[in-house]
Amino acid sequence: MNNHDLPRWATAFVMPILNLLSALLVAALVIYLLGESPVESMGILINSSVINPEGLSYTLFYASTFIFTGLAVSIAMQAGLFNIGAEGQMYFAGLGLTLAMLTFDSSLPMWVLIPIGMLGAALFGALWAFLPGYLQAKRGSHVVVTTIMFNYIAGALMNTVIVKYLVPAGEQNPASRAFSAAAEMPRLNQWFPVLGETPLNISFFLAIIALVIYGVMVSRSSWGFKLRATGLNKHAAHYAGVRISKMIITVMLISGALAGLGSVNSIMGSTHYLSLNFVGGAGFVGIAIALMGRQHPVGIFLSAVLFGALIQGGFDLSLEKQNIPPETFIFIQGLIILFCGAMENFYAPAIAALIKRKK
Amino acid sequence: MTFEDLQIGSILVSTVRNAPVLIFAGMAGLFAERSGVIDIGLEGKILASAFVSAAVAFATQNPWYGVAAGMLVSVLLATLQAYVAITQKGNQLVAGIAINIAMSGLTFVVAQFFFQQGGRTPDLGQARLFDVVLPGSAAVEGIPFIGWLYAHLIGGHSVLVYLAFALVPLVHWVLYHTRFGLRLRACGENPHAADAAGVSVERQRYMAMLIAGILCSFSGAYLAIVQSGFFLRDMSAGAGYLALTAMVFGNWRPVYTFLGCLMFGFFGAVQIQIEGVDLPLVGRLPGSLIQMVPYVVTVIVLAGLMAKSVAPKALGTPFVKSR
Repeated sequence: MNNHDLPRWATAFVMPILNLLSALLVAALVIYLLGESPVESMGILINSSVINPEGLSYTLFYASTFIFTGLAVSIAMQAGLFNIGAEGQMYFAGLGLTLAMLTFDSSLPMWVLIPIGMLGAALFGALWAFLPGYLQAKRGSHVVVTTIMFNYIAGALMNTVIVKYLVPAGEQNPASRAFSAAAEMPRLNQWFPVLGETPLNISFFLAIIALVIYGVMVSRSSWGFKLRATGLNKHAAHYAGVRISKMIITVMLISGALAGLGSVNSIMGSTHYLSLNFVGGAGFVGIAIALMGRQHPVGIFLSAVLFGALIQGGFDLSLEKQNIPPETFIFIQGLIILFCGAMENFYAPAIAALIKRKK
Repeated sequence: MTFEDLQIGSILVSTVRNAPVLIFAGMAGLFAERSGVIDIGLEGKILASAFVSAAVAFATQNPWYGVAAGMLVSVLLATLQAYVAITQKGNQLVAGIAINIAMSGLTFVVAQFFFQQGGRTPDLGQARLFDVVLPGSAAVEGIPFIGWLYAHLIGGHSVLVYLAFALVPLVHWVLYHTRFGLRLRACGENPHAADAAGVSVERQRYMAMLIAGILCSFSGAYLAIVQSGFFLRDMSAGAGYLALTAMVFGNWRPVYTFLGCLMFGFFGAVQIQIEGVDLPLVGRLPGSLIQMVPYVVTVIVLAGLMAKSVAPKALGTPFVKSR
């Protein structure tokens, strides 16, 4: 069961697609058991997430956030770290962004506010990832469990901060005040009216830029080489002169910052205020994206768009089909992580046998 | 109410009532991890068995059918995990997380499908497991301290609570004083040596995961059928991870793991007690902040401020038979 024997096209394309199809097949079975037609559901899903331009716009809007969380999980994975904490990091980052906006949104122009907001988000996201990274590097406490704990802690902490300090006087809704118009990311519908009243904004391009930087840094820089060496064999990397604990802390800081940047799209691009649970599982989607996209920039992009479509289409689907609530897609996400992550080599022996027979 | 009014008695009683969720899951984790398989999927198994046991208990109006059904689903998930970890030699962490996320979604969807109450099951009412009243409780009730000790701290719990506490010496005996336990530990420490001695590492690990599935199911059943009397979305709230941490804290040994579980049970009990109480220096803490307590404690424990942990040597590495 060694996938090094397989050609690159098999491991990079055929196997991920087979794995994805397996996950979707199980999902279709469950939808069938819930008394709905999988084919009809698929039709509604595709129609409202890709074919309809407004739907497509929403798909790409969600994808913009997912690219960031997917990158966050991916870069940690490159160093052999499994960061489950993108959810909490992005949630806490929302606080950094909001504090920056509440302070400056009446005094500064947009082109200054956007970088400040990004900086605040990245800083707070990195801060939330620092302690798990530090504890992994220095004390050997497993980053998986600590980041999960930090997700729960972020949930409780943000609840306290929002409800106690950020809700404007006289308001009931657990959310901060809305930012001024200067703190809104420019939306793409002002240039493409066909997109309708959708929140797709320039964060999408920021996400693409982040993907490119990630690709260059990881596969074309000497730092990226050290990063991957750490992930492949810590001891060998250490022997070659990489300072492992510094690498672990650095990569967790970057990972947290990337997860944090996801909040820029969700808050400055859409709601324009900080609300309870605004992350809504985007951090966990990032895990599925990183595994499905095999931590490759193109893979991350395609997986993020797929998940954007699943969320957008799934939302419309839940309105039409009572038995398929949006939570169904949390289940599908789990299936995708299972098939594309844990059982990624499931089809390797079959493909290897097939190739052998042809020869 | 002031700080002095914190009821030590009721804290101890709720410690005993909180701990079983963690004890069952912790003992399950012990079997899995001592055999060399990381079981981060405890959370998902707890959640799945909590839902299934609540749903079946409600449908049949018999809590024991609920417990049995919960066991079945938990064992199925453990088998899937075992298949991925042992046969497929896949990433065990990823498999566990996948199960946790999938179950978080699926239990909601199925609960909604059957009951339409926002991912909740109806109240179990008579289908709950009720507390055992020890014989003579009424007679000693009037005696100060002893009455409380006998009727409320030792007595007055569900059968599952006693099962949880009885499990600890049993697990200790199985792991350290039977041939099965010796082989199991060998597979976790040095699978190649175990293999050379004629032990089937794969079979041993499958057995361990099977036992883990059975034990873990009680955790969910206890949560739904005993503690709450219904299933609620994501009601496990990290109990699986807390149990794992208790195990790390306990250095992968049954008795110390049990103490770790008691500790978390205690913090949970304190958390309920200090809600709405004016504490010295800090004043009244908001409920949402107090909810952080077990998670913060977990991080502190994991940071190794309390114990130096020694994991089984082959933990998380798939066994590839050398030829």
